[in-house]
Amino acid sequence: MDILNALVTLLNFVVIPAMAYGSQLALGALGVTLIYGILRFSNFAHGDSMAFGAMVTILVTWWFQSMGVSIDPLPTALLALPFGIVGTALMLLATDRVVYRFYRRVKAKPIVFVMASMGVMFIMNGVVRFIIGPDDQQFGDGARFIISARDFKAWTGLDEGLAFKTSQGLTIVTAVIVVAALFWFLNRTRTGKSMRAFSDNEDLALLSGINPERVVMITWIIVAGLITIAGTLYGLDKTFKPFTYFQLLLPIFASAIVGGLGSPLGAIAGGFVIAFSEVTVTYAWKKVATYLLPDSLEPSGLVQLMSTDYKFAVSFVILIIVLLFKPTGLFKGQSV
Amino acid sequence: MKKILMATAASALMSGAAFADDIKVGVLLGFTGPLESLAPHIAGGAELAIAEINDSGLFMEGSTVTAVRGDSTCVDAAAATAAAERLVTGDGVAGIVGAMCSGATGAVLTSVALPNGIVQISPSATSPGLSTIEDNGLFFRMAPSDARQGEIMADIITSRGINEVAVTYTNNDYGKGLADSFAAAFEAAGGTVTINAAHEEGKADYSAEVGALASAGGQALVVAGYSDQGGSGIIQGALDTGAFDTFVLPDGMVSDILTQKFGDSIDGSFGQHPSSANDGAGKLEEMLAAAGIDGTSPYAKEGYDSAAVLLLAMQAAGSTDGAAVAEAVTMVANAPGEPIGPGELGKALEILAGGGDIDYVGGSDVELIGPGESGGSYREIEIKGGAIEAVKFH
Repeated sequence: MDILNALVTLLNFVVIPAMAYGSQLALGALGVTLIYGILRFSNFAHGDSMAFGAMVTILVTWWFQSMGVSIDPLPTALLALPFGIVGTALMLLATDRVVYRFYRRVKAKPIVFVMASMGVMFIMNGVVRFIIGPDDQQFGDGARFIISARDFKAWTGLDEGLAFKTSQGLTIVTAVIVVAALFWFLNRTRTGKSMRAFSDNEDLALLSGINPERVVMITWIIVAGLITIAGTLYGLDKTFKPFTYFQLLLPIFASAIVGGLGSPLGAIAGGFVIAFSEVTVTYAWKKVATYLLPDSLEPSGLVQLMSTDYKFAVSFVILIIVLLFKPTGLFKGQSV
Repeated sequence: MKKILMATAASALMSGAAFADDIKVGVLLGFTGPLESLAPHIAGGAELAIAEINDSGLFMEGSTVTAVRGDSTCVDAAAATAAAERLVTGDGVAGIVGAMCSGATGAVLTSVALPNGIVQISPSATSPGLSTIEDNGLFFRMAPSDARQGEIMADIITSRGINEVAVTYTNNDYGKGLADSFAAAFEAAGGTVTINAAHEEGKADYSAEVGALASAGGQALVVAGYSDQGGSGIIQGALDTGAFDTFVLPDGMVSDILTQKFGDSIDGSFGQHPSSANDGAGKLEEMLAAAGIDGTSPYAKEGYDSAAVLLLAMQAAGSTDGAAVAEAVTMVANAPGEPIGPGELGKALEILAGGGDIDYVGGSDVELIGPGESGGSYREIEIKGGAIEAVKFH
């Protein structure tokens, strides 16, 4: 019984939240890595583009809700996702046309692209706040829990509850589907192969007749899909507030770099490494230890390796260690 | 030479605003940031007092007062200082009502109010650290120090039969000050604090914090944070995982935002915020409601009182000079003198103009103690059926 209680506690406070957070980071990091691999720059506007995607989805969700359209028990936002993706894709293609295409034509250095993307970031930041405001927005509906802590205790008779939110379940399932679809696209379709060829060796790809503008366009559309899904899932799971998306930029980049920039598989692994390290290193193991150890060994302290203040530091220590010993990331990406 | 001296002396006297003038007062509050939902009510309170003073036409021989708003953001001390600097050098304000959060207030005091010799009255800064800060007597607050709130909160919790709590606080002057004073008071009363952990504002994810709090355990979770951001995030996480279902809510958390977000799922949670039971409170709430402001929102009444005390002190000093006004503040705020309630600012101006003495009571039972801060009475609240209900006063 005690072992079960310990296991449930661990699942409830560590594994499930970290899985959901890791999936969100992984989807975000995939977008960063794709842009880095094909357009060859670190896109600082990524977090705020995510906020833009989530915003469009929220606006459409509200419209659906006002008309009474719903897919209960699933959140209406899922229905609005395709509209969000189209809106975000149009926005990304427009910024590419207005900003990045010029720098591509003059063959600017990557650092110039990075600076330009910072400008885009600030503009996007303002646009999102201008349209939807700086406040928290509520848009989730449908069933909140797949398993709620109270029901779980009643069913199993255990002392510890286990909560599994609909948004967490959706996040994990959607992430798996999206990642599978992306890998199938990159490895099996002609367009996907031409994208990978373009990423591996631009000159050779051009010589073999691949149209670079088409590759760039498809990349932006895929990125729009990824970030709108990630942004919306994140908003459903936690809360939509434009500022938190800006904050997300740091862990997302950490995930992409830890995994290896330019490597899609690495982005996913990186997302989970960062999420799990943030939660486990700062977790207080007292409760789990109390269940597992005999009474005489019961800990009096919190058995916490590090206070939660340091959870951001944890991901950056991992980042530094990886860069020192494996500069190309866990899965061989391009070195930074 | 003599003439020049005379002229300088004369102009120095005149600059003390001896004749009808337009006097500017800064209203420096956190209009954006983690307490942005409270700021408009506090500002509305301050501006109502200013409007009342203007309508009376009795202020400093017919002078008028204009409020100039500035954004202190709450969490960004640099932005607060820049906004205060603009109010003082750009708009030429004669006094500042603000700032809102303790960290921003301390920063504004040290780098703007003090060097410029301007009186600063905060309606809402509560950190115990501000009691001992170097202020040359220029700083006052209508809010009581959190050293007192910590004791009250410990009392309320023990009186409800709870003796083991976990504490999480927002990582700044306000949160840390309150959490520490509470932990000391609670342990002195025989209670146990299982963990006293910080959380950051505007974070993407609070599962790590909630995990640590849950592991430490306790009968209730004390959330010394802000209702618009981190505090809500922690409560959301704790509710979702079933870690806690009773929350103790200090002043920064008592807000309608909380009941809008969580409804009756936090029923039974309780807390307290500075507020008083005297007749003035009810009257001021009515006056504020007539102006479209929610007077029960934390510190809205203190906003009115801050502006009123500042302007009455100017009237008593007969000048806008910082040092003179600062000296007059305690005189107008404390006994002896004719008690002044809300809506009686005109009468107060008249008494002061006649050389009399007043005791400003206002909406929050103003009585300044020690280093110029409110002695503090608190209202205990409880969440019942998804709404905030007053229980009693302490």
